[in-house]
Amino acid sequence: MDALEIARWQFGITTVYHFMMVPLTIGLGLVVAVMQTLWHRTGKTEYLRMTKFWGKLFLINFIMGVATGIVQEFQFGMAWSEYSRFVGDVFGAPLAMEALLAFFVESTFLGLWIFGWKQLKPAVHLACLWIAVVGSVFSAYFIIVANSWMQHPVGVEMINGRPVMTDAWAVFTNNTALVAVPHTIFGALAVAGAFLLGIAWYHLWRRRHDGIDTVGPDGKVIPGQADIPGRDLTDHSVWIRSLRIGAVVAMISFAGTALTGDLQGKLMFEQQPMKMAAAEAACHDGTGFSVLSVGNVGSQNCDDIVAVIEVPGILSFLAKGDFTTEVKGVNSLLPEYQAKYGTNLPDNPIYGDRAGQEIEYVPVMEVTYWGFRMMIGFGGMAAFAALLALWATRNGTVPASRGLMRLAVFGILAPFGANAAGWIFTEMGRQPFVVAPNPDPSGIDQVFMFTAAAVSPGVSAGELLTSLVVLASIYAVLLVVEVKLLVKYIRGGVASAMPELAHGRTRGQEPGDDDEGPGASGSTKDGRPGAPDDVLAFAY
Amino acid sequence: MELLPTIWFVAIALLWTGYLFLEGFDLGVGMLMKLFARNNTDRRVLLNTIGPVWDGNEVWLLTAAGATFAAFPLWYASLFSALYLPLLLVLVALIFRAVAFEYRGKVDTERWRTGWDLAIAAGSFVAAFGVGATLALTTTGLPLNANGDREGGPFAWFSGYALLGGFAVVGFAIVHGLAFLALKTDGEVRHRARRWFVRLLPVLLLPLAAWAVSVQLLSGEPWTWGAVVVAVVAAVLAWSFARRGSEGKAFLALGVFLVAGTASIFGAAFPVVLPSTINPDFSLTVINASSSDYTLGLMSIVAAIGLPLVLAYQAWTYWVFRRRVSASHIPEAHSFLPAIAAKAMVIKD
Repeated sequence: MDALEIARWQFGITTVYHFMMVPLTIGLGLVVAVMQTLWHRTGKTEYLRMTKFWGKLFLINFIMGVATGIVQEFQFGMAWSEYSRFVGDVFGAPLAMEALLAFFVESTFLGLWIFGWKQLKPAVHLACLWIAVVGSVFSAYFIIVANSWMQHPVGVEMINGRPVMTDAWAVFTNNTALVAVPHTIFGALAVAGAFLLGIAWYHLWRRRHDGIDTVGPDGKVIPGQADIPGRDLTDHSVWIRSLRIGAVVAMISFAGTALTGDLQGKLMFEQQPMKMAAAEAACHDGTGFSVLSVGNVGSQNCDDIVAVIEVPGILSFLAKGDFTTEVKGVNSLLPEYQAKYGTNLPDNPIYGDRAGQEIEYVPVMEVTYWGFRMMIGFGGMAAFAALLALWATRNGTVPASRGLMRLAVFGILAPFGANAAGWIFTEMGRQPFVVAPNPDPSGIDQVFMFTAAAVSPGVSAGELLTSLVVLASIYAVLLVVEVKLLVKYIRGGVASAMPELAHGRTRGQEPGDDDEGPGASGSTKDGRPGAPDDVLAFAY
Repeated sequence: MELLPTIWFVAIALLWTGYLFLEGFDLGVGMLMKLFARNNTDRRVLLNTIGPVWDGNEVWLLTAAGATFAAFPLWYASLFSALYLPLLLVLVALIFRAVAFEYRGKVDTERWRTGWDLAIAAGSFVAAFGVGATLALTTTGLPLNANGDREGGPFAWFSGYALLGGFAVVGFAIVHGLAFLALKTDGEVRHRARRWFVRLLPVLLLPLAAWAVSVQLLSGEPWTWGAVVVAVVAAVLAWSFARRGSEGKAFLALGVFLVAGTASIFGAAFPVVLPSTINPDFSLTVINASSSDYTLGLMSIVAAIGLPLVLAYQAWTYWVFRRRVSASHIPEAHSFLPAIAAKAMVIKD
């Protein structure tokens, strides 16, 4: 592997990893904010418990997103200095704005939320969480504006060989970004939905398994309580509500990703036709959507690929909204690309050993073809499972089956897989460009950059390999730590996030008779006689 | 001199100063977790003084880097790629440090805590050292060729200035952390922090002063020499305030020291943002490294609105958590029972 390939692997690994934490942060943040709002409005103690429990898991995950996010910002300059020099005038602005307008808001107000439970008025405390969550949505917007400019450069003119921003409005309302942002937010909510569903399912199953909840002759649940911290009557309602919220969120967000994804697809057929042809492993022009193509889809030789099952008309629908328009395949796109952007990389030292090589305009089709299908497949599976889960829990608890419980827990991974597959598809499908050309005849056709020219010329392959190994190892270890902590806190149930429950305030509680309404704010309810009036919520 | 690039040079100097001022004390407190704290209660007092604010402070680093990318892409590209390995270390340090803050209290065993304490202390040290070295090298120069790329291999950046800058920020952060603890804690920790501050300040601020003077010797101007004098006076004042027990004034005087120090350094370096030690013609300046006026204008509007807001709500955070933390505030560690048990005692009504 040379420097370019190592740098690409590093960017891929660190980004996919970072984007495991990010959707859970955005999605779960929104859900927890809704939960705390419900608590604030109704005063029902189950909503407080939901806020505390899911909030704790949110924070365990949030910090990993923060920690791995810094790598992303530094990486452009460290490993991709030629890219940074080329695009800096237009690409740096959304990155700087992300930090200035979103990260500050997110980190500061989340700090207030974590430590301000006792310090702030309930409404102010709730507002802090909402502001932090809105900040995280804004950060998604800014980074997607930056990414969308790589997919579809707009708002610039070439001056002295570099794109210079001339129209900020065009950059920040790039149609590619306007559909990618909701797509990403829905994708994040899908992650949160499955996360709630799987974990709440586990707890409901555990309550049945431990004999706490039983099922009456009419099939309806009879909630019970046990001598375990947190396992009271309210606890049942915490989990069934969480499960239903999760299932509904998962279904709505799948519908949202499908709708926005369809819009994205139609744009992409115009903006990056080769990416969509590669998504289909479609060699020849046609109208059919491949359900299964066999042969070596990774081969550059189209004759190796046979579409076994093909649905006529669907590809045209995805691309154009009708069932008859021929969609161009790789074979007719390739000469167009070669005519416009050359057959070989220029003899410029910036391409290193690759100068003069033939340009591979067709992305790695194994990745694009399967990435596209995994994205849709995992997302659809999660939504369908959520629908079944709602039906299976209509009587207020889950089936006693251990296998189904395991399925629900493993189902948490499906939307993560869909998110990762979607990003891998769209980034790998853009190759060989790091900045894809805008094919609109009125657009800025000369603004594009080959990935081969983007890597830092002064950085050695050894340095890149060092950082790849170091970062990948640390990320692997930290993933284990994060998952172990999540599992520990999940198994601990609500009491793990609420010390007051572990201090014996669990028995004989009926839903509704808890006085921990927002007005009381739980400030002196820690049950420890003579406890000092804490000035902080002491998260640490 | 062109106006917008100059404004953005000042803005980036301000962002770095803001970063060093704010994260400076939480990096210092991080290092003091091992150097200063004597037991777990001490350590939890230390952590809870910076708990609500450290993450917001760290965003100043992201903003400084992001603003450099937006306003001076060539500066960002050359500096970050030339310092590839040192910045990798900074990243690793920041990752461990951030995770450690959040995860340290999540498992109630001595071994778990000791490990994360080390991550916090070492992470804070390495991050402070790396940022200091980076800033020193951007004022004193790197072996850059005509394209702005580093010549001479992965360690070509290594120089006395890198060490000087590293120790400058580490030393300042420790002193600043002590000043912050004296201001934010109560009881024994507060008094010990003040004693340490008085004892360590004269030694630990020397590297930063030496860095400021060495930049003056390279390219100083009368007003930047003046700033050095202001910094030295402020350091002496901080020391004497602390001796007399005025913790707030000592903290402020130390802030003046930092602002005057960075002003003297960036001011003397101006208009060069990253000198080339190979050929002065290859040096990056505010003119040849900057973005277009259009981009700088856009960013100026955004910063003019955004930065005052940030300052306002971050100041509010410090106001909300203004009370001193003391050992008596620290509750016992929350060790919970898992909600699952081998045999649940179901309660029948």
